[in-house]
Amino acid sequence: MILSMFMGPPTEAAQEVAKNTETVATVEPPWETLHSWAPLPEASTFAPGTETLYMFIVWLSTFFFVVVMGAMFWFMYRHRRRGDDDKTSSITHNGKIEFLWSAIPAVLLLVVFVWGELDFIKQSVLPPDAIDIRITGRQWSWTVEYPDYPGVSFTSSTETPEVVMMVPKGRPVRLTMTSTDVIHSFFVPVFRVKRDVVPGRYTNLWFEATQVGEYNMYCTEYCGEQHSKMTGVVKVLEPELFEAALLEAGKLERGDGEEDKVYGARIYKRRGCDACHSTDGLAKTGPTWKGLWGRTETMKDGSTVTIDGAAGENYISESILDPNAKIVSGFGGAQMPSFRGQLSDEQIKALIAYMKTL
Amino acid sequence: MANDKEKSKSEGEPTESKVDTSRPREPSFYEAQKGWKSWAFTLDHKRLGVMYLLSTMIFFFIAGMSAILFRTELLTPQGDFLPWLNQQLAGMMGQPISIEEAAAQSGTTYNKLFTVHGAVMVFLVIIPSVPGALGNFLLPLMLGAKDVAFPRLNLASFWIYSLGAIFFLYTLFMGGLDTGWTFYTPYSTNTGTAVISATAGAFILGFSSILTGINFMVTIHKMRAPGMTWYRMPLFVWAIYATAVIQVLATPVLAITLLLLMVERTLGIGIFDPAMGGDPVLFQHFFWFYSHPAVYIMILPGFGIESELIAVHSRKHIFGYKAIALSSVAIAIISFVVWGHHMFVSGQSELAGIVFSFLTFAVAVPTAIKVFSWVATLYKGSIAFNTPMLYGLMFLFTFTIGGLTGVFLGTLSVDVHLHDTYFVVAHFHYVMMGGTIIAFIGGIHHWWPKMFGKMYHEGSAKIGALLVFVGFNTTFFNQFVMGGQGMPRRYYTYVPQFQEQHVLSTIGAYILAVGLLWTATYLLYSLRKSNDAPVADNPWGGASLEWQTQSPPIEHNFHDTPRVTTGPYNFPQIDRTGEVDGH
Amino acid sequence: MSSHDAKAMRPGAIDPPMPLAHHFDTPGQQAGSAKFGMWVFLATEILMFSGLFLAYFVVRMLYPEMVLSSHELLDKTMGGVNTVVLLTSSFTMAMAVRAAQLGDQKGVVRNIILTILFAFVFMGVKYVEYTGKFAHGIFPGKYFDYVAAGEYAREHGHVLAGKPHIFFGLYFVMTGLHGVHVLAGIGVLTWVLLRARKGEFGPRYYAPVENVGLYWHIVDLVWIFLFPLLYLVR
Ligand code: HEA
Ligand code: HEA
Ligand code: HEC
Ligand code: CUA
Ligand SMILES: [Cu+2]
Repeated sequence: MILSMFMGPPTEAAQEVAKNTETVATVEPPWETLHSWAPLPEASTFAPGTETLYMFIVWLSTFFFVVVMGAMFWFMYRHRRRGDDDKTSSITHNGKIEFLWSAIPAVLLLVVFVWGELDFIKQSVLPPDAIDIRITGRQWSWTVEYPDYPGVSFTSSTETPEVVMMVPKGRPVRLTMTSTDVIHSFFVPVFRVKRDVVPGRYTNLWFEATQVGEYNMYCTEYCGEQHSKMTGVVKVLEPELFEAALLEAGKLERGDGEEDKVYGARIYKRRGCDACHSTDGLAKTGPTWKGLWGRTETMKDGSTVTIDGAAGENYISESILDPNAKIVSGFGGAQMPSFRGQLSDEQIKALIAYMKTL
Repeated sequence: MANDKEKSKSEGEPTESKVDTSRPREPSFYEAQKGWKSWAFTLDHKRLGVMYLLSTMIFFFIAGMSAILFRTELLTPQGDFLPWLNQQLAGMMGQPISIEEAAAQSGTTYNKLFTVHGAVMVFLVIIPSVPGALGNFLLPLMLGAKDVAFPRLNLASFWIYSLGAIFFLYTLFMGGLDTGWTFYTPYSTNTGTAVISATAGAFILGFSSILTGINFMVTIHKMRAPGMTWYRMPLFVWAIYATAVIQVLATPVLAITLLLLMVERTLGIGIFDPAMGGDPVLFQHFFWFYSHPAVYIMILPGFGIESELIAVHSRKHIFGYKAIALSSVAIAIISFVVWGHHMFVSGQSELAGIVFSFLTFAVAVPTAIKVFSWVATLYKGSIAFNTPMLYGLMFLFTFTIGGLTGVFLGTLSVDVHLHDTYFVVAHFHYVMMGGTIIAFIGGIHHWWPKMFGKMYHEGSAKIGALLVFVGFNTTFFNQFVMGGQGMPRRYYTYVPQFQEQHVLSTIGAYILAVGLLWTATYLLYSLRKSNDAPVADNPWGGASLEWQTQSPPIEHNFHDTPRVTTGPYNFPQIDRTGEVDGH
Repeated sequence: MSSHDAKAMRPGAIDPPMPLAHHFDTPGQQAGSAKFGMWVFLATEILMFSGLFLAYFVVRMLYPEMVLSSHELLDKTMGGVNTVVLLTSSFTMAMAVRAAQLGDQKGVVRNIILTILFAFVFMGVKYVEYTGKFAHGIFPGKYFDYVAAGEYAREHGHVLAGKPHIFFGLYFVMTGLHGVHVLAGIGVLTWVLLRARKGEFGPRYYAPVENVGLYWHIVDLVWIFLFPLLYLVR
């Protein structure tokens, strides 16, 4: 987009960031630095508004709670039973006071309603000029892509939460989200934004970050076994640093002199293979990769494939690009998404090299 | 119809205890017949009430214990207790597994546990408990009738309930269910767990609920004793009436929703499954169209109990009788048009969100009226701090917190942040556990002498009430804070930041469990044969009809059909000399 | 007790007293309770079906063309015949109630038998319809055979558009649930028939006949909605 047109060769600043983003996977997780009862940071333009209204309702509720409980405890003390023939008052009702205690809460509630509604509308109207991000939820990982930066993409891992989204500070960001299987929900507490991610349709969300930092992001719609591990980290950067850092971190390029198998291991995590394939011999949603190389698999249709030699490499790359061509018996078909166009030949080669080590 | 003409201008003379002491005591309904058949095939609403009480409490125990299990898991951020437990269980079954294998299954175990907890609590405990147990037992007594309108249907209802419960238990042991109590599609159409048997169970339970609702509606319309005008009915009866209306109107929609879900899973007709061209959000509309009114099915009976507790134990005419009675009806009506507040972030249109938010606030007003009226009832009363009243006051405390936090959730922009976090969990436990269940336990204590003719040990009961109060608030209060900081619900593992709060919550749950077990123990202990200390027929000095007969009641409730000349809250202690305050 | 009118009773009419259950005070209270209960129950039935109608309208809103093209495969004649059959049975049912009110025992028995017969005719036609559909691969949901059904549609000069498996899924669920109600109706009608033959009903006691009649009218009414929505879409 506009910014990318002005992109020159990596600036010094960008190189500086590049050094930092090397550590993307091992960055100190933000939750270790937060404390239990510390207030939640307000890191988007929506956050102060939501927080103010939240606090308003807190005080409103406290007021009513204190009034109701105050009266209750006072009466409990004042009118406690003293003897069995205590006389009690014959009051049965009082129109005036009953009207008041219906009308006053009603008016206050109306205020709260209008306030919340105005803020909500603000969040619903998408800004025209914003950075586009596409989000795909699947059991149990997020894939984040930047249409304006082809090839840049992140996929979350269920093992260790890591950076899956980078956004610049002070610029609106527009998310277009969908799911490949069941309903998920995208939630970043510090931004006070949340939206369900629904299969078969696109939902939108926007926000503008106001504080640099790393923040937790969750899936908040129950989506099965590893729902609680469908998390990630959103990194907010200074706008000058954003683009370079994004390109650096998102490309998932082979590091200098990185071996095939090491690179493959990184792809395994970063592309979310680990959500379904283990490396320790346990079958998850998909077959384990432990001992995959050299194994003989029986397919649903009864045929067998021995994963070895060139035929084995072909089979694996077919399994990645067109997973439903051959389905391993004992596993559901149509579970694994195709990675055609998302993994390059080089990356597949690296993955195979990695599998061979297992 | 009972004669509205008989309604006198003033509320007549205060009720004196009408129990005829000159008459020799007749055998109670327990003694009238013996043997298991006299229970299994009974047409007596009182026996059915006792049977419901026992079965709902058993399920309460099961569901509560599963909460204790998953709360234990939540002591640490990573999953470790359930893997350990799974390993032990597998070992006991003779198929030892490694801890890694156990860990790989345990996410699902957690999900099954909270689903069982939520689904059993909702469908087997809180919906049938108050109407089934106290409603059955008390409704005819309070109306001065010999039984409900359709005793056979009532028995059928109970056995249908049991059949549904068996389906649920079958689900529990055959692979479990992991959809959450909300059964959201398309997850529920894809998952490998026992969705069909669970939905079939809920479907059957729905029928039981509908039949009970019809029965109660007809009973209230047709079976009132002479002189029992609508405005002389105890507020508990009004509450049960409003509940019955919602049950009858909303449950059929749940039935059809579950039927469609079952058909979707077996035949794949595709209306909820996006992969087949359907709309997954449609299911949510269907589900909440029932389940929002259902939350008022859960709370209205609790409101009813609360009115009785507050009035009887402060011996004062309830404040704002008509307002309380009619606000129940108002709640029943409005509750049908607020379901969308569960779906603010689901992708429904903004306009829908705004309308539902507005209506949600509308339903808070009649509830506010009730809360204020109960507090006002205490004014110039004679407040006794016996156990039922302690629970009544506890209800005011906890339910008000629960209701007020509902306002946060009804506010659009705030709910965007709070939706599906522990804030919601805390909200609904404050209204369901802190509202209905607390009121129910209070009701059980209040009517215990009525139902069983025995009195529990008051000192033990006070200790129990204290434990429940402390345990409950420790468990759930800080969940509001946790939710506000973004802790999502239905999480098996969580970020370490929240550990301290989760630990606190789990400790609270243990205290609560001890309190409830303690309560169950002394209550059961009071039933033993040797506890033959005679209990007064009317130990609290209640003025409504159920207290005007022997405790426990005789088989046909009353010796002669009572004639009602006054309202249910005309206590003899009320000072009518001035008579200025009244109007 | 509107029709308890001795003059209207024919010679030989019977008038057994109403059995009064112990917990009621008067027969009027008992009959009134039964009737009120029945109405509430019928309300729940309507609400249950209205859930299905709602689902139908949503599908129709999502895929108007699909619904339009799929319905062409339903047999309007058979649907029409069934409509007439059910309407007639409603009439005979009403006659049965009337006969009971007049104490005309033979009339009660005859009319109930007729009603049951019509119910069986209805189910027979449904059977023919269902098997005919199955023969052409028209099954509900994921069992829908696109090839066979498409072929069948083409033979009849239609083109199947979109996702007809949803339409037929709903068709089978809606008519199936209605069919279950007809079967239940046959059950309760038989029960009332047996009691009528024992001479249990008369001008003073006919609540069961009346209530079963109400139920039967509702079953009819539901069909009156199902027929145009499914068979006569425009
Ligand atoms: C007993 C059951 C019960 C009751 C009575 C209520 C009562 C209310 N509930 Fe609750 N609710 C549930 C059970 C219940 N709820 C459950 C089970 C869920 C979650 C389901 C799930 O997702 O699993 C839920 C979820 C839920 C949501 C969805 C949250 C989300 O998922 O994002 C919302 C949103 O509007 C909401 C709102 C309310 C409101 C406004 C009330 C009101 O009726 C409360 C009214 C009461 C008061 C307001 C207090 C007394 C009044 C005063 C003292 C007067 C003064 C007050 C003011 C001026 C503010 N509830
Ligand atoms: C009636 C409703 C009800 C009640 C009473 C409770 C009671 C409790 N609930 Fe539950 N809860 C739900 C309804 C209820 N819950 C629902 C609907 C959900 C949502 C599920 C979902 O997401 O799908 C939920 C979810 C839920 C969660 C969130 C799980 C998650 O999202 O990951 C948690 C976590 O702390 C929790 C905890 C507890 C605890 C500790 C109790 C304790 O109060 C339990 C204490 C009870 C006992 C320990 C049993 C002892 C009882 C006896 C011995 C019998 C006593 C007899 C007499 C007194 C006569 N519940
Ligand atoms: C949503 C779950 C899921 C994800 C994510 C996933 N897979 Fe799979 N995978 C499966 C399933 C299920 C199978 C078995 C069924 C089949 O063969 O299609 C499978 C099979 C395979 C096979 C064949 C294995 C064998 O034993 O024959 C290979 C190779 C493979 N996946 C590679 C990958 C790679 C590489 C990635 C990531 C870039 C990945 N998968 C991500 C679910 C997944
Ligand atoms: Cu994805 Cu929860
Ligand atoms: Cu609700």
